[in-house]
Amino acid sequence: MVAALRDLYVTFVQFVRTFGALQLFLCKLIMHSPSVMFRRFGLVVGQVYNSGALSLVIIMVCSLFVGAVLGLQGFDTLSRFNAEESVGTFAGFALIKELGPVITALLFAGRAGTALASEIGLMKATDQLSAMEMMGVNPIRRVVVPRFLGGVIAMPFLVAIFSVVGLFGSQLVAVSLLGVDVGAFWQQLQQTLDSEDVYEGILKSIVFGGAASLIAVWEGYNSIPTAEGVGRATTRTVVITAITVLIFNFIITAWML
Amino acid sequence: MQQTRTVELGTGLFALLGMGALFFLTTQATGTDDFDADLTFEVTARFENVGSLRKRAPVAMAGVTIGRVTDIEFDPISLQAVVTFVIDSRYDQIPEDSDASILTAGLLGSQYIGLTPGGSPEYLAEGSELFFTQSAVVLENLIGRFLVRGEQDDSEE
Repeated sequence: MVAALRDLYVTFVQFVRTFGALQLFLCKLIMHSPSVMFRRFGLVVGQVYNSGALSLVIIMVCSLFVGAVLGLQGFDTLSRFNAEESVGTFAGFALIKELGPVITALLFAGRAGTALASEIGLMKATDQLSAMEMMGVNPIRRVVVPRFLGGVIAMPFLVAIFSVVGLFGSQLVAVSLLGVDVGAFWQQLQQTLDSEDVYEGILKSIVFGGAASLIAVWEGYNSIPTAEGVGRATTRTVVITAITVLIFNFIITAWML
Repeated sequence: MQQTRTVELGTGLFALLGMGALFFLTTQATGTDDFDADLTFEVTARFENVGSLRKRAPVAMAGVTIGRVTDIEFDPISLQAVVTFVIDSRYDQIPEDSDASILTAGLLGSQYIGLTPGGSPEYLAEGSELFFTQSAVVLENLIGRFLVRGEQDDSEE
């Protein structure tokens, strides 16, 4: 009994400690961000390419099909109320406020987050990070901050692309396949969607981008420098990002309503 | 050199696509027919019942949106709803005795204010009030009236 309680206590203390260390790590990243942004801009661009441009294919294909299924499901549900014309509103709200940011963040964790974590973890395992330190190069500035910034910059763009491609996917299904009037589709969406709804999606994309990139570089930087440790860091990146993003999603939605 | 070129091209293309998408979302997907506060005049109208009219509901004349509801308040003295709405100043020749009614777009659609022109030579201006108003049709009242009429028909027979 006492042992179980002590275990619980130790786990709790460990959690709080990890959480605090994560905050300090984030502060360090933010502190270094402006100078890296101005002096090593090339590195940041390279990372935007890695996490953003290379994720375009998976984001666009997934969003097209998410939008298409929203069109189908929306049409089927709304036709029971004789309101098929509102399928544009349905798909737009779902994509811009919820599915766009959340699914993009999950895909981003799977596509870019794992790459970041394993790359940094492998650099650590092969002593590249220590070598940099020996040469007087700060590995946080040279390796971690550009990757973090690249993810933060890429995410809002990815989310916006996801939402727009998804909208066209649902338009494709609803208008071409199911015969909803194209004017009604867009007009109903424009009439009900406020700019605040779009801002909510953008806010979510910024928060999720920060969270996903932070977790990825944190897990990589703090991985156990063995093959097994790097593998575990990649897995943990996806799991923790998914949980964090979904919790943040609920909090932001509750706060914006 | 080739490597850098690919990275720069890819990043540029990606950023352009992203900005294009953001631009599309903020301008095309949302309603763009918002009225500039400087180019409108404010009119009020009193209704017995506003139904489910909300702020930002459109104000239409002959089916064309010419304004937007800005405020709905309850007047504790007259026990009526006071609806304030703005009309685009381009439309400054609306007769003062026009009639405002709360209508529904479609069977289940949202409610809006429809204006029907009157015949007065005076025009609506900032601060005018519309005196001829028609409340929202509340579906429950309508059903209630039908039921009552049905009972009367039965008793007459």
